[in-house]
Amino acid sequence: MTDNAEITRNGLWGNNVALVQLLGLCPLLAVTSTVVNGIGLGIATLITLVLSNTIVSLIRGFVRKEVRLPVFVLIIASLVTIIELAMKAMFYDLYLVLGIFIPLIVTNCAIIGRAEGFASRNPVGPAALDGLMMGLGFLVVLALLGGLREVIGFGTLFANAELMFGEGAQVLTITLNPDYGGFLLAILPPGAFFGLALLIVAKNWLDLRPVQRAEPVSAVPEGL
Amino acid sequence: MTSVIVSSPYVAPGNSLKRLMLQVLVALLPGTIAYVWFFGPGLIVNIVLAIIFALAFEAGILKLRAKPVMPLLTDFSAVVAAWLFALCLPMHAPWWLVALGMGFAMVAGKHLYGGLGFNPFNPAMVGYVVLLISFPREMTTWYLPAAVSGETLSLAESIAYSFGSVDIGQWDALSSATPLDQVKTGVGQNIPLDENRQAPLFGNFGGVGWEWIALWWFVGGVYLLITKTIRWHIPLSLLSAVMLLSLIFYLIDPSIYASPLFHLLSGAVVIGAFFIATDPVSAATTDRGRIYYGLMIGSLIYIIRVWGGYPDGIAFAVLLANMCVPLIDYYTQPRVYGEK
Repeated sequence: MTDNAEITRNGLWGNNVALVQLLGLCPLLAVTSTVVNGIGLGIATLITLVLSNTIVSLIRGFVRKEVRLPVFVLIIASLVTIIELAMKAMFYDLYLVLGIFIPLIVTNCAIIGRAEGFASRNPVGPAALDGLMMGLGFLVVLALLGGLREVIGFGTLFANAELMFGEGAQVLTITLNPDYGGFLLAILPPGAFFGLALLIVAKNWLDLRPVQRAEPVSAVPEGL
Repeated sequence: MTSVIVSSPYVAPGNSLKRLMLQVLVALLPGTIAYVWFFGPGLIVNIVLAIIFALAFEAGILKLRAKPVMPLLTDFSAVVAAWLFALCLPMHAPWWLVALGMGFAMVAGKHLYGGLGFNPFNPAMVGYVVLLISFPREMTTWYLPAAVSGETLSLAESIAYSFGSVDIGQWDALSSATPLDQVKTGVGQNIPLDENRQAPLFGNFGGVGWEWIALWWFVGGVYLLITKTIRWHIPLSLLSAVMLLSLIFYLIDPSIYASPLFHLLSGAVVIGAFFIATDPVSAATTDRGRIYYGLMIGSLIYIIRVWGGYPDGIAFAVLLANMCVPLIDYYTQPRVYGEK
């Protein structure tokens, strides 16, 4: 049995879906052109992960090993359909922006990966917590990458916040420099790859820092 | 009569990277001088800025990589890349555009792959394409040659312009479409080509000024061939592909498709063939492979020019061909003597 603190740490940092497992990169790279888009997809994925982990954990005693994957996929697909319809009803504009990437959550490897790798072997409590933490880790990376690309690409933050939080949220939009002409590369697909790579570099650098501090630099072997 | 007896081994004078790069710089001079003659000294500002930023970025990233800075900085490879990059830029580009382009060229295009000799893509073209897709407005503001507009900016004006201390609107009248642009929009609006060619922008074959600059690039290219700095395969196959394709379509319908000479002498075909596509690191390395590589770039240039979204396509063509180089090299390995 894994304890809750470790599940939390793994989900948010140590085994982060986007930065360490590198799963779900297709939606991650495609929709993170703004913070709001990133958070929108992140929340949808988070809800799917929590629900799918819970349900998979609940039925883990009844599903035969041979058919488990189709069953997991059916569960995830049903959940995503529910979320898609709910978004269509409640956040129609955001739904239009995210488009195909909402139904594509079904194919997000992170979800089936957690179902197979964790939820199908653990009781409901830890499974739901794992879904929540993995989802949160993914959400944070989506929001960070969205923010990075939005600031560099458009010079704004939280643009179109009204899509998610209603008309009153327009005040959330921060324009950092009104004269900024924009840097299209950050918004285009290459910007997503550069941005994600920078985030991974930052995470690895943070992880390695204490190690380097403990040892003198000369002790680091050549070519490391 | 006395003769000096020299015994073996007979070693040719060392051909270093530095020498190679200096040869390229010498070969670039005539075309560069012609460019300045026709379009004004703004080009010199571009080149100087690009070289300064290239060296600064290279020094910075070498330091980060804990590599020796001075030997790698003085091999002139960064200077050649900066020079070619500056020639691609529109005249009077703002300084930050040059800095950003050189930053991407040196850091992302060259050193992130492992530095000189390891980069799969031509660094100068990487920098140029990043700018082209990111800043469409700044990257498509071209200026008329002096022979058409009657005046060009002086050196001091160009410097002031690059650093943004002068209002840009003042010289708006001097900016214009390039000949390739003009042809492309003309075809889009169904204006017959010979009518379109009446614009003062056009010279005898290509654009005013551009056609002569292209000829001087050609002279520089021949110098590179004579000094054996480059081999003939890539330039010849590249130019043949452009000529052949444009000839075929010109014969089909000369009112839509420009003549082969126009395509050859406009834009960056000649400098691309001799100076950009022949980059020894990112080009194909077998003789047969070089021919395929040149043919591929030449065809892509014509395809992008005529049916693509951009008026010229050297940079995209070179980068796309760079991607295919490992494959080309794999399938064109020469037979080892004695093997089947």
